[in-house]
Amino acid sequence: MEYVIDMRNIRKEFPGIVANDNITLQVKKGEIHALLGENGAGKSTLMNVLFGLYEPEQGEIFVKGNKVVNNDPNIANSLGIGMVHQHFMLVDKFTVTENIILGKEPTKGGRVDLQTAAKEVQALSDQYGLRVDPNAKIENISVGMQQRVEILKTLYRGADILIFDEPTAVLTPQEIVELIQIMKKLVNEGKSIILITHKLKEIMEVCDRCTVIRRGRGVGTVDVSDSNPDSLAAMMVGREVNFKVEKNDAVPKEAVLKIKDLVVQDSRKVPAVNGLNLTVHAGEIVGIAGVDGNGQSELLEAITGLHKVHEGSIHLRDKEITNKSPRNVTENGLSHIPQDRHKHGLVLDFSVGENMVLQTYYQKPYSKSGILNFKPIFDKAKKLIEEYDVRTPDAYTPARALSGGNQQKAIIAREVDRDPDFLIAAQPTRGLDVGAIEFIHSKLIEQRDNGKAVLLVSFELEEIINVSDRIAVMYEGKIVAIVNPKETTEQELGLLMAGGKRGTVHAE
Amino acid sequence: MQNNTKKIKFIVPLISVFLGLLIGGIIMLISGYKPIEAYVALFQGIFGGSYYIGETIRQMSPLILSGLAVAFAFRTGLFNIGVEGQLLVGWLAAVYVGIFVDAPAIIHIPLAVLAAGVAGALWGSVPGILKARFKVHEVITTIMMNYIALYSTNEIIRNFMLAPGERTENVKESASLASPFLQSITEYSTLHFGIIVAIVAAVIMWFLLWRTTLGYELRAVGFNQHASQYAGINVSKNIVLSMAISGAFAGIAGSMEGLGTYQYMTINAGFTGVGFDGIAVALLGANSAIGVILGAALFGGLKIGALNMQAIAGVPTELVGVVIALIIFFVACSYLVHWLMNRVNRGGKI
Repeated sequence: MEYVIDMRNIRKEFPGIVANDNITLQVKKGEIHALLGENGAGKSTLMNVLFGLYEPEQGEIFVKGNKVVNNDPNIANSLGIGMVHQHFMLVDKFTVTENIILGKEPTKGGRVDLQTAAKEVQALSDQYGLRVDPNAKIENISVGMQQRVEILKTLYRGADILIFDEPTAVLTPQEIVELIQIMKKLVNEGKSIILITHKLKEIMEVCDRCTVIRRGRGVGTVDVSDSNPDSLAAMMVGREVNFKVEKNDAVPKEAVLKIKDLVVQDSRKVPAVNGLNLTVHAGEIVGIAGVDGNGQSELLEAITGLHKVHEGSIHLRDKEITNKSPRNVTENGLSHIPQDRHKHGLVLDFSVGENMVLQTYYQKPYSKSGILNFKPIFDKAKKLIEEYDVRTPDAYTPARALSGGNQQKAIIAREVDRDPDFLIAAQPTRGLDVGAIEFIHSKLIEQRDNGKAVLLVSFELEEIINVSDRIAVMYEGKIVAIVNPKETTEQELGLLMAGGKRGTVHAE
Repeated sequence: MQNNTKKIKFIVPLISVFLGLLIGGIIMLISGYKPIEAYVALFQGIFGGSYYIGETIRQMSPLILSGLAVAFAFRTGLFNIGVEGQLLVGWLAAVYVGIFVDAPAIIHIPLAVLAAGVAGALWGSVPGILKARFKVHEVITTIMMNYIALYSTNEIIRNFMLAPGERTENVKESASLASPFLQSITEYSTLHFGIIVAIVAAVIMWFLLWRTTLGYELRAVGFNQHASQYAGINVSKNIVLSMAISGAFAGIAGSMEGLGTYQYMTINAGFTGVGFDGIAVALLGANSAIGVILGAALFGGLKIGALNMQAIAGVPTELVGVVIALIIFFVACSYLVHWLMNRVNRGGKI
């Protein structure tokens, strides 16, 4: 059997750790091959080895039967390997065509021949059913279309082996369905695909075979038709994983968060939150479902004091926190697991220990009359690291050195440990693997069972449905429906999120 | 691993110094001077006697303080290019208090140093306020504030404090940092007590940054304003504070000149350069308190040694300027040094 990609017994070391240890990845022509592994398992390292960014200490790489030695990124391109990055590498102000030809511009008489290029892009787009307008500007098109531009970029450069790096992380459910169709179409046209993911549902749906790596070691390759999500998850994590979120029915008590007629303007003075009402009770998890950009971020920033409230009021228990400073809001009993853990959640250049007291450093026992007291700080950090299984060499390691999942666990440890009345969890499991997700969900539910109010914002409908006790659908800055997760489906939510109406909307 | 990075942190500046001297030597050869002779003279001009050592230490004091000013701002995410101007206003404030206040030395000296610090802090806080309130970039405002400081201090001296010789009167003895004792043990160099002030300031900077809640806030804001805001830290307040504290260090650097080396202030035709040298000192010292002291020692040493290099080997001081610049150049391109080290370690393999 000839493999288009044949990486044998790859070993890659970094000072102190072995990132890849004897991993074999063999991709057949015309298949969709999943590369599955936890955060920090070594998937990216392996792909960087394939791309020639890293030189492996051991192992051989064959592309289409030819041995590749000491390859560099340009060789990967010329061998027909293309990467669809998770974070798009596009110039916002350029058109689709300009982005696609960037670095490989066709010229006529010394000038870039945009017309011919646009025609080529159109032809490619039609061939693979990508439905992209070659003349649209990137900043004006949807995230899903931007991703299709990334796909076109690789195709334009003649790639026939495409690597998708967690492509569905940024997409809405409808866009995911489209992407899966596109991937199938690409394979039908003779391309081969490596799909890096830790979403088991997608693997089951679209992939032919799956290679699993765990903590840098190759666990094995299986035919997807012979496996099921449970067995794949067990291979990936190394133990049985509980998918069904175990929880009892909520026992909601008094209202903790009360938002009344809230209006929040974005930077262009356009109301992003437009007359929103919402109540969250002690002992319940309210999930906010909505397509990204319908005012969720502004809502959270308004609650936490990071964004000015234009009209309306927010109460936390009996205290009004409208337009109060973040510190004031925090001291009134709010914890916030922010959507962007690098931007808001952590000071990456601080040690894990310093990050653990980000909101409490000025209080006793962490400091006294303005002098920091390191022993209690790091004692606390060590305790939290242990309790929340944050994998870090020690509390003195910079937060930057941790994997995404462990950074998130550190944030959750800090926020939950403050024992808040009200906990905001924004995209708490984005980019995390099933093991970490399971842990985080159980922590949120634990908070709820301890009588705390929890507000969950997520673009993963499955998460919203599984974890929430009530779902508030947000559309164009308003809560348009409150639904019971036990009586709804992803399809129905998707429809409501797109502004559709529903027969049985329970008004609050 | 940690040990290794520490070692590299130490080795890179050393190699940079070596490369600077090496290429400086080549330039001397090309220009028709004798590099070995010149470097021997340079070395003797730094360590060749207690007089030279005294001069070097005297030169270090304002350099340490201006280096601390730059390093402090940098640790909190700000580029204070205005150390020069803050130094000038500090110098003037120190001299003013030194001339017009009557007090015993035990009060007079601290008061004059404090005045310099306050003047520098106020001068530095202006760009801080502009940045915090109106998002004006501090590099532009601090540079402009340098010119305002230069011409304003000149004008004030000219109109209110002028003495014969385009300068102010000497400060009173009770405000002077000069020390006959230090001078006598260093063959009558111009060494003064300022070095103690500078070292105390370095300890204060370290303590402030790494041991206090204020330092925690300042560093957090420097690394990540968004996360700081999320955590309830007042970002605007910290930007202003950081510039003020940085400016205070710079102002006290001015008092080194005013109360120590010169005992007066002249009408300056141009910048002293000490404030700008502070940028290089901070860079050489990797923005740490101890590193700044070492960087200032290197810088001060080279400056004093250069005099001897010129006197004995006939090498123009400009060439020493070139060598110093080359050293800084190689520290700034530490990436290049790392790369060279890696290449050597790998046995010349690419």
